Amino acid sequence: MSANMVASSLAVGYGHRPIVSDIDFVLEPGALMVLIGTNGSGKSTLLKTLAGLLTPQSGSVHVLGEAPGVQPARVAYLPQHPVSSHTLPLRVRDIVAMGRFAHRGLLRRVTPQDASIVTDVMKRTGADAFSTRPLRDLSGGQQQRTHLAQVLAREAEVLLLDEPTAGLDISGREAVADLISQERSRGVTVVMATHELGDAESADIVMLLAQRVVAQGTPAQALSDAALRECFGFTQPH
Amino acid sequence: MGDFLVGPFSDNEFLRQSLMAGILVACICAIAGTFVVLRGLAFVGDALAHGVVPGVATATLLGVSGVIGAAVGALVMMTGVGLVSRRYRMSSDTSIGLLFVGMLALGVIINSRSHSFSGDITTILFGEVLGVSRADLWWQLGALMAVGAIAWVCRRPFLLLSVDEGLTQTSGFSVRRYHNMMLGMVALTVVASFQTVGTLLVIGMLIAPAATGALFASRVSTVMLTAAGVGIVASYSGLLLSYHADLAAGASIVLVAVLIFALCAVVVEVQRWRSHRKDIHHDHEQPHIHAQVHL
Repeated sequence: MSANMVASSLAVGYGHRPIVSDIDFVLEPGALMVLIGTNGSGKSTLLKTLAGLLTPQSGSVHVLGEAPGVQPARVAYLPQHPVSSHTLPLRVRDIVAMGRFAHRGLLRRVTPQDASIVTDVMKRTGADAFSTRPLRDLSGGQQQRTHLAQVLAREAEVLLLDEPTAGLDISGREAVADLISQERSRGVTVVMATHELGDAESADIVMLLAQRVVAQGTPAQALSDAALRECFGFTQPH
Repeated sequence: MGDFLVGPFSDNEFLRQSLMAGILVACICAIAGTFVVLRGLAFVGDALAHGVVPGVATATLLGVSGVIGAAVGALVMMTGVGLVSRRYRMSSDTSIGLLFVGMLALGVIINSRSHSFSGDITTILFGEVLGVSRADLWWQLGALMAVGAIAWVCRRPFLLLSVDEGLTQTSGFSVRRYHNMMLGMVALTVVASFQTVGTLLVIGMLIAPAATGALFASRVSTVMLTAAGVGIVASYSGLLLSYHADLAAGASIVLVAVLIFALCAVVVEVQRWRSHRKDIHHDHEQPHIHAQVHL
């Protein structure tokens, strides 16, 4: 089985300023890599590079065998704070349906299969409960569910999720964990940035970032007391 | 009453043409304005509107069509806005603000070389809706079709841009290309509308009707239809007001559009306040239900 994502000596950053260097990983289909670190640690920068929004500073990275950003229908990205304008007069269902635009391009018609996929992901994320309401009228958690449903509607082979549990309560977080588990079971590779150590429990690889790779490995290996103290200045309770 | 409402238009050919121009401008601005409001481009739209002033002033001085001058001015301004938007050392609103004030000043200076300075600059800034010719109407109809075609073809990237630029890029659409397409659509709208309402007031027709639609609608097509309706009502009412009260026609049209928005905004706020009060009242009456929800 070939790897879905490979990075070798990768350095990521803005302009000519690297933020994190010496990143190496190989992710097989169905793998989950969790990026953990404080604000400004480089989690979002790495995700944006994998999504093709930033150019790698050095090293190499391949997503589904090609450079990042060239296969939009096969890779979906959830930004950290999707701009959901207070005035945006768009219904939840219309926002979720935008997830199919990568498959339909500029002019190809939306098919009944697209509509069925949108309905299905809205049920799975619970967004069907407020499908006809405008996005501006929703709470932060409901908006986050809507954006997550949009990402899932792409039916991508790689999911890049920047803090998908932000703004969600405990049941919402559990629902996101279930969704990620379902996606992985159908072979989708997931890279997720988070502040929550609990989100890393089911990961294959955990990468602890603090403007450098502090630790990397299985949750047990990466989340050692020494690594956490270096990254956050505290250790997790035993 | 019928004479008051319809008489001016049935009796005067020039007023009928003005109304037709107002309707066409309302439709063009409804389409472009919807995306201006969704994407938050009001300031850029204003800058583009001011950017056409030197172009029109030069065209007037040279004795060529103002539309050609406006198109050249809009192109220069679009290029300028595109360049400053890619610079990070200064916030884009500062750069664009300087650019549009500079273009406005240049337009006034060029216009000061004209023999009838005050007349020309007033026409450029506030329009001359009562002097619209049949040829102008055909040109505006063509512009309406072009703006409609751009909006229809680019509807998906335009919608994505309204939500998030990163989402647009990762959906396979170039942010720069479609942002420029949107600016081009707004520029074409300004060029097609400035003769009717003027470069200073065109932003009112771009924003007020679309913002009114955005208050009520939850679909882009509904926002556009509402905006077109508001724009048409504003054009008709503004011309009527101008005829009976002897007021500036272009300014009357824009003022009515802004007043409709203000009225609708008040209605929406009152509705929200009443709905909020009803929710609080309901919670007080049924505290057990409230408690169950949070268990």
